[in-house]
Amino acid sequence: MLSLKHLSKSYVRGKPVLNDINLEIAARGITAIIGPSGTGKSTLIRCINRLVEPSAGAVVLDGEDLVRLSRKALRQARRRIGMVFQEYNLVERLTVMENVLSGRLGYVSAWRAWRRKFPPGDVARAFELLEVVGLSGFAGSRADSLSGGQRQRVGIARAVMQQPAVLLADEPTSSLDPKTSVEIMQLLTDIARDRAIPIVINMHDVELAKRFADRIVGMAGGSVVFDGPPDRLSDATLKTIYGGEDWLQ
Amino acid sequence: MTSATAAAFRPSPWKRMGWIALAAYIVYACAQLDVSADRVASGWHNAAHFFARLFPPNFSRWELLVKGLKESLEIAVLASTLGIVLSLPIGFVAARNLMPAWISWPARLLIVASRSFHPVIVAILFVKAVGFGALAGILALTIASIGFIGKLFAEAIEEISLKQVEAVRATGAPFGSVIAFGVLPQVFARFIGFCTYQLDSNLRNSTMVGIVGAGGIGGTLFAAFQRFDYDYVCAILISIITLIMAGEVLATGVRAIFIDGLSLVDLFRGRIGRLAARGERHLEDD
Repeated sequence: MLSLKHLSKSYVRGKPVLNDINLEIAARGITAIIGPSGTGKSTLIRCINRLVEPSAGAVVLDGEDLVRLSRKALRQARRRIGMVFQEYNLVERLTVMENVLSGRLGYVSAWRAWRRKFPPGDVARAFELLEVVGLSGFAGSRADSLSGGQRQRVGIARAVMQQPAVLLADEPTSSLDPKTSVEIMQLLTDIARDRAIPIVINMHDVELAKRFADRIVGMAGGSVVFDGPPDRLSDATLKTIYGGEDWLQ
Repeated sequence: MTSATAAAFRPSPWKRMGWIALAAYIVYACAQLDVSADRVASGWHNAAHFFARLFPPNFSRWELLVKGLKESLEIAVLASTLGIVLSLPIGFVAARNLMPAWISWPARLLIVASRSFHPVIVAILFVKAVGFGALAGILALTIASIGFIGKLFAEAIEEISLKQVEAVRATGAPFGSVIAFGVLPQVFARFIGFCTYQLDSNLRNSTMVGIVGAGGIGGTLFAAFQRFDYDYVCAILISIITLIMAGEVLATGVRAIFIDGLSLVDLFRGRIGRLAARGERHLEDD
């Protein structure tokens, strides 16, 4: 469904952040990418929808190599890729409803977007999604009046609003407290299951990854060093991923 | 102990030299311009005499006064509107974080050119170019508005959070929608602030461009000065103060409606109380 082939990225010539990544993402389930800070997890996920341009390799979504697409074709491909961010990245001064509806911007002309003329079906679905994420009644609130957990729920609703073929989440719980993190992960898991959307999540909380992911990809130094189900993730593997062992006790 | 203090707050000889140089220049400039105690004393005496002749203000020629004020107001409103309409696109393309250099640099150059001269100098140029009257004043203040709003608008856009823009871009939104949903909401409130400030500023300047023949109450004021009609000068000055204060109230209202999202009714109820209540609610949410 989504496959990364020989994907590499270097911001500075000769110092690759990503080194020949090969991954196949199935049409279902949650894939968690774990690894130490600075190992290229964020870069990897941003290379998929080309918020960061890959230096080499291919990103194939439903048979189409996104790396080769023109700007216009890339915009159309991005409509099928939802994204959830660590700092939510909501437009602070817009309402919750406007933020959720911005997930449809790829399908609505700019002229209609300026006048907020979204198709009635989209608006109805936005209300529905707000209910799913537990924020019914908040449609008219401004995004900057919400708490962190509520903001991330809006972020998720915005991504699902796109009716994406795949959902990318870049450290979606790293700015949240432990309880809210679990709630957000639960919400993502429910969405992945109910709507059959595959999710690729970056995270640094190993326990959370083990608890919710169907598959774990461990990265170190810009390469994949582990790829398998959570129960095969041993302390020895974690040592290769993160280095050292004192933190495991 | 002292060596520790010296290590913690390292003295900078360059800073000290800078202060000394500034003090020396001030003494030098006073000497050059003949600003002495004697000069100040004689000026003081003259000022007292002048202020005595200002009062009481003489409103007997009020028709001329009202005509001038109306013209000033019209100049200010027209110049502000035209200036805002023109500076929006110019300021937008001048923002270096959204536009490529080949388009932002010419726009920035245009803004710098509009800002280089004081409105009075621009007004003189336009009086020479298009002749005496309000048109010259309107054009001069339009240029001033482009310079001010264009620059601040561009800077506001350059300071926006690109994370919010990135999120909108990631949905596959076309450029125009990225602007509408990702950029404008972040700068709109500040833009309204710049516009009301510029209207305020144009109102003040429109009372002045008349001095060089570009229309408005300034011409009447200048004539009154030259005829030593100081009581009429006083009447004009009081009227200008009233006009500016009215403009200030109007600007506050516009800001309250557009930025704080209040209605006119809220304004009459008292804006401060409402805002405070709103602020408390914000705190509770966090």
